[in-house]
Amino acid sequence: MEKHHISTYFSHGTVLVALLVLTAITVLVAELHLGAISVGVALLVASVKGTIVLTYFMHLKYESLFYKIMVAGVLVVYTLVIIFTFFDYMFR
Amino acid sequence: MGMWLFIFTELFLFGGLFLVYAIFRAKYTEDFHEAALELNTFIGTVNTVVLLVSSMTVAMSITAIQKGEKGRAIRLLLATIFLALIFMVNKYFEWGHKFEYHIYPGSPVLVNMPKGELLFFGLYFMMTGLHALHVLVGMVLLAVTIRQISKNKVRSDHYSLHENSGLYWHLVDFIWIFLFPLLYLVT
Amino acid sequence: MSESEKQVQESYLEYKGKYRGILGWLLSTDHKRIALLYLYAIIIFFFTAAVLGLLMTIEKANPGQDIMSAQTYNGLFTIHGVIMIFIIVIPGLAAVFGNFALPIMIGAKDVAFPRLNLFSWYLFITGAILGLLSQFMGDGPPDTGWTFYVPYSAESSTNVIFALTAAFILGFSSILTGLNFIVTIHRMRAPGMTWFKMPLFPWALYATAWIQLLATPIVGITLLMVIAERVMQIGFFDPALGGDPVLFQHLFWIYSHPAVYIMILPAMGVVTEIFPTFSQKPVFGYGAIAISSLAIAFVGYFVWGHHMFTAGISYWSRWFFSFLTFIVAVPSAIKVFNWISTMYGGSIDLKPPLLYAISFIFLFMIGGFTGLTLGSLAPNIQLHDTSFVVAHFHYIIFGGMGFAFLAAIHYWFPKIYGRMYNNRWANISWGFLFGGFNLLYFPQFIIGIQGMPRRYFDYLPQFQYGHMLSLIGAVILIAGLVMMTVNLIHARRKGAIAPANPWKGVTLEWQIPSPPPVENFEEIPTITRKPYFFGKND
Repeated sequence: MEKHHISTYFSHGTVLVALLVLTAITVLVAELHLGAISVGVALLVASVKGTIVLTYFMHLKYESLFYKIMVAGVLVVYTLVIIFTFFDYMFR
Repeated sequence: MGMWLFIFTELFLFGGLFLVYAIFRAKYTEDFHEAALELNTFIGTVNTVVLLVSSMTVAMSITAIQKGEKGRAIRLLLATIFLALIFMVNKYFEWGHKFEYHIYPGSPVLVNMPKGELLFFGLYFMMTGLHALHVLVGMVLLAVTIRQISKNKVRSDHYSLHENSGLYWHLVDFIWIFLFPLLYLVT
Repeated sequence: MSESEKQVQESYLEYKGKYRGILGWLLSTDHKRIALLYLYAIIIFFFTAAVLGLLMTIEKANPGQDIMSAQTYNGLFTIHGVIMIFIIVIPGLAAVFGNFALPIMIGAKDVAFPRLNLFSWYLFITGAILGLLSQFMGDGPPDTGWTFYVPYSAESSTNVIFALTAAFILGFSSILTGLNFIVTIHRMRAPGMTWFKMPLFPWALYATAWIQLLATPIVGITLLMVIAERVMQIGFFDPALGGDPVLFQHLFWIYSHPAVYIMILPAMGVVTEIFPTFSQKPVFGYGAIAISSLAIAFVGYFVWGHHMFTAGISYWSRWFFSFLTFIVAVPSAIKVFNWISTMYGGSIDLKPPLLYAISFIFLFMIGGFTGLTLGSLAPNIQLHDTSFVVAHFHYIIFGGMGFAFLAAIHYWFPKIYGRMYNNRWANISWGFLFGGFNLLYFPQFIIGIQGMPRRYFDYLPQFQYGHMLSLIGAVILIAGLVMMTVNLIHARRKGAIAPANPWKGVTLEWQIPSPPPVENFEEIPTITRKPYFFGKND
């Protein structure tokens, strides 16, 4: 078993608070009905929340560099797939 | 490492649905907005909070097992499962409410809606349905972990099963983090 | 003392563990036995699909109806494709030779998750059987083509759901195998075997495993979407319900194009092992071959649109996908250059594995060049959905992966079974295979350019000559396959006992007995040398 960094209960609690705050923000912003910008903000907040979950709850911060590269690589490939599909739909 | 790799496959599985969502959202922006109004943002938010807390409890349960605090680990896992149950009950009521209004795939009401709204609900049911399935699987994994802890097969020096179940659970939360705004807050 | 002695002398073929007889095989978690389980299943399904292909060529030898109806023909090319693609070519090399050779080549006793490995095989068998059952249940065998394009796959009254489910399960098997191999290569290399001391077949399997992992789920969810459309009227692909049929094509090819790299990367890996061994010379450009495998995997992810040039996608989309299609050819070309350079100046021993490997280069290049032709926007308009495409992919899949598979059989046969086969019959069989193959598929290029459509049951009389030639080629090809198989079966039973290292190879599998003992190595070796060291003899 690899030597593992043990996160504290306190750090987990802090992370939750951060996530809840971000949730509140995204719900409130949605109420403002900003139109197109809403999607961008919503996705941005979701990405931040997701990154926090990956980094702290899923312990990615304390894993070897390789895991970080793997996760980043996967997300890059996925993003590119979406972008390249939109090359079709945007320019039809 | 195996669980991380499996998580990548799940990301791409849901990713396909997110891609479809993105394409149709771009095409039917107004309809998506209209259809999203039918969803109950309050329940959606509650469910989001429930899952976030459950991610914390499962992360704490791993801290507990790493410290050898067997009882606490089990209690935290039970709390996670309980929260998952709340999520599922909420979902049950949410869907039930939709069915009452004859909003379900293949219903005559749905077929008569504008195209974008139709697609929205198709995506809604498929994405939340697939997600709920994964919540169930996660609950089973967590329950198995509890059993193994009580039998001392999962301990502070041997807790891969626990860690992997936790990772899986965080994935379930991660997906919902994106589902929630895209389905409920699309305004 | 005598226990371990007995273990060392007893090969994995004879080993009697917890289970006896056939259960000892069906419940074995030994990667070598699982490899053979895959091999035998694949052989059975391959011959089934090959016979179906032969029936198709017989039907098409003359215009008009000969031995079957048009509906039957549609069912045939569908199941021929489903079996060949999902059961033979995608799993084939990785599941058989990856399973057998990978752990040994990196100095491990088994894969990272042996029980998961066995589970993958059971998923494979389940999917394969479901696929077969789709022929006999419900309202008739699916007639959509293995590509299941909507709208027809959503509307066809035939038993599409069985086939879709079968493909889904087979995909899951592929994912788990990929997962297993990635962890194996990361975690279980022998001490001293750094990444760049690892042989190139494991490198190829590594790149392949990532594609298996990341691409397959997309087709999984796409198949589920089609099932949802059939069963629940969720119409992502149905214009009447607001959907877009081209979206299906996008999603389908986002997997299915990387899938062809799942097919070809291990094939390239196999021949990369064969060339140094039969030239008694290190691989030329080891680093380039390793990195080009990763490059092909990565770039290959982004060329899927070249299957859709005539489907109505945007101008920029077409431009972009054509451009990337040309880029992805570059790493393949680098490999070809390196293989030939490996042979140059080497001490060439033209045994059957090398014969197959050299013909692989020839056939793969024809397939590759015609791929570039198809990848160019202008010719594509003329050639899309013609026999030209059929010839192209048979050259690159059958001529490429298929011949590499046969090369692998002939290369590792002595290691797997501890017997030598008859070289003369192997070479003769090769002759029939190679000659028959080219006679079968080359005419299809020509009639394709002349306008013969694919998946057509009937055709204009001017194309008949091509179909006739194809039929003759098909018969010769099948004869070659049968001869080759008989030769190998005979060798299994009565061939000369094989030494540990009949080909004077330098990778780890040749340093252990033929056939290997259950745990491969008495002692895990420590690696100090480069992977292809042909210095003073071992």
